[in-house]
Parts: sequence; C-alpha cells; structure tokens
Amino acid sequence: MALDSPQSKKETTARQKWMSLLAGARKERLDTLFPRDRLPSFTYLRKPETGLVMLRGRQGGTGSPFNIGETTLTRCSIRLTNGTIGHAFVMGRSHEHAVSAAVCDALLQGPENAQLTEAVITPLARERAERERQMALKNAATKVDFFTMVRGDVD
Amino acid sequence: MYVAVKGGEKAIDAAHRLLGEERRGNPEIPEITTTQIGEQLTLAVDRVMTEGSLYDRELAAVAIKQARGDLIEAIFLIRASRTTLPRYGYSTPIETSDMLIRRRISAAFKDMPGGQILGPTFDYTHRLLEFEASETPAAPVETGPADLDRTMPRVLDLIGAEGLIEAASSTSGEPGDLTREPLAFPADRDLRLQSLVRGDEGFLLALGYSTQRGYGRSHPFAGEIRYGEVSVSFTPEELGFEIEIGAIDITECEMINQFKGSAGVPPQFTRGYGLSFGQCERKAMSMALVDRALRVRELDEEQTAPAQDEEFVLSHADNVQATGFVEHLKLPHYVDFQAELELLRRLRREVQGLDQEAAE
Repeated sequence: MALDSPQSKKETTARQKWMSLLAGARKERLDTLFPRDRLPSFTYLRKPETGLVMLRGRQGGTGSPFNIGETTLTRCSIRLTNGTIGHAFVMGRSHEHAVSAAVCDALLQGPENAQLTEAVITPLARERAERERQMALKNAATKVDFFTMVRGDVD
Repeated sequence: MYVAVKGGEKAIDAAHRLLGEERRGNPEIPEITTTQIGEQLTLAVDRVMTEGSLYDRELAAVAIKQARGDLIEAIFLIRASRTTLPRYGYSTPIETSDMLIRRRISAAFKDMPGGQILGPTFDYTHRLLEFEASETPAAPVETGPADLDRTMPRVLDLIGAEGLIEAASSTSGEPGDLTREPLAFPADRDLRLQSLVRGDEGFLLALGYSTQRGYGRSHPFAGEIRYGEVSVSFTPEELGFEIEIGAIDITECEMINQFKGSAGVPPQFTRGYGLSFGQCERKAMSMALVDRALRVRELDEEQTAPAQDEEFVLSHADNVQATGFVEHLKLPHYVDFQAELELLRRLRREVQGLDQEAAE
C-alpha cells in the first residue's frame, strides 16, 4: 500500500500532527485562528455526527488492555471543490469544531499548506507547548522533600 | 413483583413542575450555570464521568445541575444518555507512563527520580472551614524553580528491574467489554477492572477499608499515585492511521502488596491497580485495594472475605443497578401487597379456627 513508502509516511506523520493539534485546540481558539465565516466552499461526505469511543487503559498501567469507559467523539468528512477530502475526529460534541477541523485538514493537504501552517498549526503547537510548560512550572512549586525521622527506640 | 399501574398523569406532571421549582431555588438568587459547575465543582464532575462511564465534562455538569447535586441521579442520567449514541470504536490503550504529570506521589519511596509532586491536593490541609474563601481572590500560584521532567519513571519499575514485584499482567486477545456482553462469572481481570472503574466510590471505599481491617488482608503500600493529562489516540477506518482525538485527565493508583512465592517463583510483591477519570483519588485507591483482593484465584489464595468474592463485589458495585432495584420498592406494589395481606389473613383464620376447635 502507498502508505508504506517513506514519502507518504512522512506526509502521514505531518498530517497526524496537524490533526492532533486541530482536535486538541479549544474551539474558541480555532475559531479565532481559522474563522468559520471564511471557510471555502465544500460538500459534506459525512455531516458532523457525535458518537462514542471506548477508552482503553492497561492493567497495572503497562500490561494488557482493558476498557475504562467511553468518551464522546464528533466526526466529520468534507470534500473541497478541487476534490481534496478532509476528515476530523474530535473529542466532545461540537459539530462546528469538527467541521472547521475537517476543512482545515483538507486545505493543509494542498497549496495552502504553508500559509495555513503558519496561521493555524504553528500557533496551536506553540500554545500547547506553552500551556504544558506553565502547568509544569506551577507543579514544580509543589515538589516536596520529605525527611524521615529516626525512630525513638534508643539506648 | 411489580404490576404496572395506569393513571395519575396530571399529578405526575405537577410533581415534575414542582421539582423544577425546587431545583431553581429562590429566584432572587442567580441561577448556577453548567459552566460554573464544570469549572468549580470539578471533583463532582469527575465522579459523575467515572461512574457514569462517559468522559464528557459538559454532559456531566448538565447532569449534576439537573439532578440537583444528587450524584447518583446524575450518573444515572449520563448512563441513559450514552445509550442514545452510536459506538465508533475503541481507542488505542492510553499510556499513563507518558502522562503530563500534575500530581505524583509515592508512600513507598521517599526519593525517586522525578520527585514527589503534591499538585492540587486536600492532603495536609487543616480541614477548617474557610468562610472568606468565596469572597477574597485566591493568592497567586507560585511557580517552581525549573520545569518538571516531561515524563517520570513508574515507581513500580524501580523494583521491577530487580524482579522484586510481579510483572503487570500480559494476556493476549481482545479485552472483554461489559457494555456489550453482560458480566458472567468467573470474570477475568480485564472485566473486573472495567466493572470497578464504574463501580460506586462509597461501596469500593468500604470494601477497600475492610481489607485493611483484616477481611482479606493484603498489606498494601501506595507505590505510586499519579494524576495528570494523557492524550487519547484512535485509528479511524477511513484514515488507516492513528491520530490524537484529544486528551483526558486520569488518576492512577498502583498498590504494592504482600509478597507471594511458590515452588517455581521466588517471593515477590504483588500489584493492585486503580484508575479513574479526573482526580477521583479516593476511588482509584479503593479500586486498587479491591482489585488486589479480587485476585485470589490467579494468586491461589484462600477466599475468606467479602472483598475477595468477585460475584458479590461485582454484582453490587454498580450504583445505577443498585439504586434501580432499591428504589423500585417505592413504586406501586398494590396488587402484590394485597395478595400477601390476603394470604396472611387466611393463615390467621386457619390458626384461629384450629384454636377454636381445640377449645371446644
């Protein structure tokens, strides 16, 4: 399959990265970076719809899988007028978020890639990293050193 | 037996309108919003998601508001809501080793790589009511001197390297799913864990406590408790490759328990595992105790205590099932009760008849 060639693997990796960032973005932030009133024309291959994904964990954290419980997921697939297909799979129930993410996914596969990467993907990646850094800094202040007291059974 | 009744629609409508008025409370007080519940009653939201078995903060907040803060009622609402949605598939197993840590402690090791991170916790608070808490703005949060390590080693791996603790289980095959197939006994650990995650916190707390007090003793140490964010990945059929669909907050508890040896295996510590959505730490700890207690069969231990009886534990852990059966007792049982009443009267008449015969 084409997916196995190194070239398409690289493309897959880039696409995985932007799809992750689009899915993980706060909807309000995505709307600012990629305004919904300026979406290009497209048709739905699958209108946005909400369903469930069963989340899996591992026994003992690293062992065999087990089912934890479900999460809501909204998916959407669109086709641009030039034929490019975009998909979105986004945790939660926001149809608007899934539509924006699917359109953005399609555009990123075409000539708009460089412009959209700069306008949408790079800021989302930077903000995610910054959010994680801030969280780590706050948590670092709660790092604790416990001293063990010597038990008092002395001579 | 419950026999269906008809009628009373008008009274039922009126009761529900009255419920709505009670839920709203004094109309001069601003109405609470589900956003406020989601932001400020986070641990209630976490519990409803965990036991409702559905990770969706917004839905859980709506359920809590609608249920007037009755969390079991809210869990019931979430369980009912999930049945209306189609299932798209299963996620890739989350990797808690890659967790973006917000809290991580060990009661077994003082100094471990990555350190003890208290994070947002009630531990070490004085449990004094703070009446001014709601009026004054909170003091700004401090930041630490340097970034925390992005990932932290698992504490149990520190002794695992020496072979002093059993390996985390690795069985092959698809894990069972009790939302597809009803639970049957004996149940394997995958199904037991799924059942315990959605099990009632209070019930598991009491059972875990019972194991500490000697009913199925297993000498636990909290090897590691970690809380933080993990990303969720899913492989949609139409893409054929894995993508991240978002992130969830998770609490994980790994208990280190009494060692065990056999002819073939030298003595080693055993494991109990607990997991919850959000920061349900008490739940994750209780679950880890009960998970360990329920491993009597695979560890070839003697079953002596309620917490070790999987049929007893798993059949009674689900608070939606439990509340359904307990609360159905208040629905009309008139026909049933009349039959019992009639039976009792007849028995008494017969006994009195016999007494009279004896007297004559």
